[in-house]
Amino acid sequence: MPMSRDEIYAKVQGVLVDALGVDAEEVTPKATLREDLGAESIDFLDIVFRLEKAFTVDPAKPFKIPRGELFPDDLPALMNDERYVNDGKITPEGLAELKKRMPFSDFTEFDKNPSMETASSLLTVDTVVNYMQSKIGR
Amino acid sequence: MRWIWIDKFIEFTPRTSATAVKNVSLAEEHLHDLYPDFPIMPHSLIVEGMAQTAGILVGEARNFSEKVILAKIGRATFHRLVRPGDTLYYFARISQLNEAGASIEGVVRAGPDSSSPLVAEIELMFSHIDKNLAGAAFPEHNFVFTDQFRDLLKTYRSGAEIPL
Repeated sequence: MPMSRDEIYAKVQGVLVDALGVDAEEVTPKATLREDLGAESIDFLDIVFRLEKAFTVDPAKPFKIPRGELFPDDLPALMNDERYVNDGKITPEGLAELKKRMPFSDFTEFDKNPSMETASSLLTVDTVVNYMQSKIGR
Repeated sequence: MRWIWIDKFIEFTPRTSATAVKNVSLAEEHLHDLYPDFPIMPHSLIVEGMAQTAGILVGEARNFSEKVILAKIGRATFHRLVRPGDTLYYFARISQLNEAGASIEGVVRAGPDSSSPLVAEIELMFSHIDKNLAGAAFPEHNFVFTDQFRDLLKTYRSGAEIPL
C-alpha cells in the first residue's frame, strides 16, 4: 500500500532510533547518518535489515532492499580509483559516478566542493526517506 | 576451559530457528567472580550463549561457507538472575538473512516452555565478514566454526544414544 512521505518519515525515524540508539529529536531530515547520528559501518546493514522489517506489510511478500541499492558498498574501491579521486579531490568522472550510485542523495552542497572528507555528508535521513519513497511512496 | 557456552541443541530448523540448552553448575569458576558468596551466571556469558546458538544457526544457513561474526548487540534486556542448578533454554529465530549477514531475535528462559520464567531478550546481528570488510585479509579457513561448534550440531542430528 503506498504511503505518504510523512508516514515513511515516521517509520524511518523509528528505525534509526532503534538501530543507532539516538533520540527521535536527533533524527532530523538533514542529519547525516555518520557524523550526526554516529552510524558505523556495521550499522548500515542493521538499518537495511530494520527497514526491510518495518516496511514489510505481508510476511509472505517480504520487502527487500537489494544489496548496494540504498548504501553503495563498493565506494571504498571506487574511491581508490585514480580516475575518480585525484589528490583527495573527486574528479568530474568520480562525481558523475557517485551521482549514478547515490541517486537518492542531495548533491547541492557537495557539488560546491566535492572531496573525500565531505562524502559521508551525502548520506542523510532524507536520503533514506527519498529511497523509501521511490519504492513505496505515493 | 573451552569457550563454549551451550551444552546441546534440542531443536534446529535450518534458516529459521534453533533452541539450545545450557546447564548452569556451581562447579563453574565464572559464577563466583561477580559477587562473593552469591554465585550467578554473568549476563555477558548469557549473551555469548545466545550468540553461539544463533551463530551456528546463521552459519548453517550458508553451509558454514561464511565466516560469521557477532557484529552488534541490538538489545539485551535481563529479567532475572541465573543461579547454579538452573537450566537455560536459548531460543533463537532468524529475523533477516542475506548475503551480507543476519539478524536474530532471541529469548532465554529458565525452562523449555513459553510459560517458563523469562531470563532475557536478546537481539543480535551477525556479519559475513568476507563480504563486508572489503580489502581486509582473513585466513582462508573458517576460523569461526571450529570442530567444537560443528560437533554440537552433529550430535543433535545423529540423535541416537551412544551404547556403552
